[in-house]
Amino acid sequence: MPSTCCGGSTPVKRRTKQTSCCGNESTQSKQSSCCSQEQTANRTDYAAPETAAFEQPWVVGKIATPAGEVPQVAAKLSFRDTIGAWKCRWSIGRMNYRVDPGLYAVGQPDASSPVLVTSNYKMTFDRLRERLGGLSLWIVVLDTDGVNVWCAAGKGTFGTDELVRRVSAVRLSEVVSHRTLILPQLGAVGVYAHEVTKQTKFRVVYGPVRAKDVPAFLANGMQTTEEMRTVRFTFRDRIVLTPMELVGALTPVLIMFGILFILNAVGFGHYGSTDFFGIMGSIFTGAVLTPILLPWVPGRAFSLKGAILGLVWAVGFLLLSGFPSPVFGWLKAAAYVLLLPALSSFLTMNFTGSSTYTSLSGVDREMKFAVPAQLAAAVSAILLLLVSDAILTFGGKLI
Amino acid sequence: MKYLKNVVTLQHDIDKCTGCGRCLEVCPHRVFQPEGKKVMIADRDACMECGACARNCPFDAIEVQQGVGCAAAVIIGFFTGTEPTCG
Repeated sequence: MPSTCCGGSTPVKRRTKQTSCCGNESTQSKQSSCCSQEQTANRTDYAAPETAAFEQPWVVGKIATPAGEVPQVAAKLSFRDTIGAWKCRWSIGRMNYRVDPGLYAVGQPDASSPVLVTSNYKMTFDRLRERLGGLSLWIVVLDTDGVNVWCAAGKGTFGTDELVRRVSAVRLSEVVSHRTLILPQLGAVGVYAHEVTKQTKFRVVYGPVRAKDVPAFLANGMQTTEEMRTVRFTFRDRIVLTPMELVGALTPVLIMFGILFILNAVGFGHYGSTDFFGIMGSIFTGAVLTPILLPWVPGRAFSLKGAILGLVWAVGFLLLSGFPSPVFGWLKAAAYVLLLPALSSFLTMNFTGSSTYTSLSGVDREMKFAVPAQLAAAVSAILLLLVSDAILTFGGKLI
Repeated sequence: MKYLKNVVTLQHDIDKCTGCGRCLEVCPHRVFQPEGKKVMIADRDACMECGACARNCPFDAIEVQQGVGCAAAVIIGFFTGTEPTCG
């Protein structure tokens, strides 16, 4: 089952209790430097700007600096950029949508222009530059394996070591006369600000969460407001994430229909378009509908929210199928009342990875109850379906 | 939107806290609020254990078991025998 949360290929041990030297623990911050280096070291060389960077369609010019020429990027997105973002939302080429790490210019920056830091996921880079029209500043793009800032910070690739190396590799201290780096706030998960200052002499200022607030943040003397610092999870935020949930559910769904098809083919199964409709409905409920309606569905646990709407769908499905004399009989009806909410519950539970407010401790807690319940419901449902099939196959009447 | 109550591992040591406010700056969910010359945990259940505050506290006044609140990661961790990871 593909993970819908962060993605990327750099596994990082997360919880503090079993880390030895990697400095996930705040108390170890002072002596950390032993681990994540190897991740960054072999990913890119830190040589001069690659000529390829100048040939990107979104590069519109060059800015000469004491540290060499820097590609100047457009502050507007092209149709191609928009299509690229759409493809990522549907998981097409999502893990390989990246820009070359390094220094970029927006507008006509000089030695006193602010420096923003971001990740090299192209969607992130685009979200940032499209908001910078009319401004002149520098952007340092870190090598995060094409993963967005928050997820990369969690993995440690948007981190202290990469930032320190990149700042030195692009010779930032020769390009600008000030000593301030503006980091996206969500990068804070991976960065020891005080350690960066110690190693680079650059002071770290955490900017707003959202790129759209960058101009206001700069105009405000590099001060964030509480609103700029708060992560939300709006209706729109949730909608754009749901295609990934559907794509993630695709493989298990195809396997499930494959099994039903084989059962039919050998003459044991009695499944038709009604069954298909019922199962697809619960998948849509769990992967799309519940995430979209999240704040309005009762309960706090995601698995519970999914189960509730899944049950609503199961009841609706039975009514559509001719309840109180369902076309597929009472045994199957009972099976679907168990199976459909379980499926929906499982899918919504996986949306915790896409959400912006669930903690690991909370997910652990809800899974302790939810997974056994989902499994029990699914197994009972499958047994009921098999019994119903057996009765029909061996000449019995529909129960 | 609030997640489960009373589950998070966030700990704040008031004696070590100097009220510098770095945690206020990095917390994405307004968990902390200034109180007098120090900072207090104002909304504990809003914490998502991202770990930004603990990592950026120059005085080691904050402790939290950092982790991803992602069921798929927990499942992957369960089958591979590792800690929950995004894969």
